[in-house]
Amino acid sequence: MASDLPPPYTALTLHGMSPRTTHDEAARFNFLTHFNRYLSGDIGAGNKLAYEKRVLPAFRAEHGRDPEHRYEIRDVMNKDEWHRVWSALKRNSMEMRQHFGRQVVLRQLDELDAQARQYNEHSGMLELDSTIEQPFYQTAVDIHCQPGGYHSEERDGDVSVGANYDVGLFATVGGALGGLNDGGGQAVVNWAKTERPDWQPKRILDIGCTIGHNAVPIAQAYPDAEVIAIDTAGASLRYAAARAASLGVTNIKFVQASGEDLSRFEDESFDWVQTTMFLHELSARAMPRILAEANRVLKPGGLILHVEQPQYTDEMPLFEQFMRDWDAFNNNEPFWSAMHGQDLKQVMADAGFAKDSQFTAGVRAVVDPDIFPPSPDEGEEDFGRAAIWNAYGAWKAEQAAVAA
Amino acid sequence: MNGEPLDWIALSGKRAKGKRPEFFDDPALDRLYSTVFAMAAEISALRERQDTVERLLDENGTLSRADIEAYEPTREAADERGLATRAYIARIMRGFQQEVEAMEAKDPPIMDVVTQLSRE
Repeated sequence: MASDLPPPYTALTLHGMSPRTTHDEAARFNFLTHFNRYLSGDIGAGNKLAYEKRVLPAFRAEHGRDPEHRYEIRDVMNKDEWHRVWSALKRNSMEMRQHFGRQVVLRQLDELDAQARQYNEHSGMLELDSTIEQPFYQTAVDIHCQPGGYHSEERDGDVSVGANYDVGLFATVGGALGGLNDGGGQAVVNWAKTERPDWQPKRILDIGCTIGHNAVPIAQAYPDAEVIAIDTAGASLRYAAARAASLGVTNIKFVQASGEDLSRFEDESFDWVQTTMFLHELSARAMPRILAEANRVLKPGGLILHVEQPQYTDEMPLFEQFMRDWDAFNNNEPFWSAMHGQDLKQVMADAGFAKDSQFTAGVRAVVDPDIFPPSPDEGEEDFGRAAIWNAYGAWKAEQAAVAA
Repeated sequence: MNGEPLDWIALSGKRAKGKRPEFFDDPALDRLYSTVFAMAAEISALRERQDTVERLLDENGTLSRADIEAYEPTREAADERGLATRAYIARIMRGFQQEVEAMEAKDPPIMDVVTQLSRE
């Protein structure tokens, strides 16, 4: 019975930039870890019950048909007493995670900033560019209710947002991302090593790396490769570079740059372009621009891989689409809904990745099974948060088609 | 950079940019949920602290605050504490959990049963 219990916060692996938690701070995260699992598992089922037992019958009675879009379900579920209660609980859990995390980080910000400065001055792995503007899709709202988003500072040059992002990931995902919260990056590595055991990429670009937790495992797995991890948010990169340096990684560089303009990189200069849980935090115009730029800088025969939650397809029940959309409207993920509604294969094709070079794969967080239980199964997954993802990718055609 | 000390307590509570959904018709209920569940987290942390104190005393017969702060449960202790947290959440969430159960049960109004028993 106890086998599926989430690990305690103290089971996390500390790196040189880990904010230190007091006994009670760790205990608060432990509560949230359990609470999140309770909301998605034990009582999460109430949403489907409410829908099937009363919301759908009422909709049919009123309209003489079934809902035809997830937004129609959303409109009626937002009036349902149970769904409102459940949403209020879940929103509060997200807010508590931010508040608790910020208390941990801000009370020791002097130490964290000093530590980051030391690492970054010596490692040479951080390249900030103050001329990079924050795109509107990063500033319209604070994504996933993280105060200050990925880009803000409490004072010049601090690491507060990066540190807070790192310290609370454990609670948000119920411990499913492993000791360093890097289960996503480990999953990507595992997939690549299985798919092409002898492949040795030399130059790798990670777009939208935030704190580098998914890029660092790639750098570690391919020590002869040069990894360049970019993000528009310098505040997050400051933490990312220090975190990576503290883990002893030397073959990665964190560069403040926008994926929409990769002009600093030459055509066909990377063997691998990676994004992990990134595309849904863009906008309708930015996503194709970034994919086109990724296509340009990728070598023929190179890999592009995006790790995301599954796209909404006609095969996915509308109710599931509605549940997966929850974060878009209730947790400040405003592009989540539109992005997952797109035909990503077509978007990729429009960006230059021929459909016959594309593939999708299921990836699952790779964590130490002795400490971390597997992510909850599909049946009770926490729509949008379980550490089970779809990878959308392509091996770029060896020879680009000759323009007609 | 290390000039005026930050007011970390005030800054920690900063709101996230973006209009917050109103989940209930009465905004007071939204505020009340925020308080109730923050307190639920505090009670959970207190219970965990109590457990730490008891385990340290069991083991060493004495303790210091530093011992409490440095305490890391073994796998076995962590499972016991995790189970206790799960049971605690089940207790405070009973009303919500039973509402889910009731959605499946479709009980008739109790007056129907009272009437039925008065006749049959």
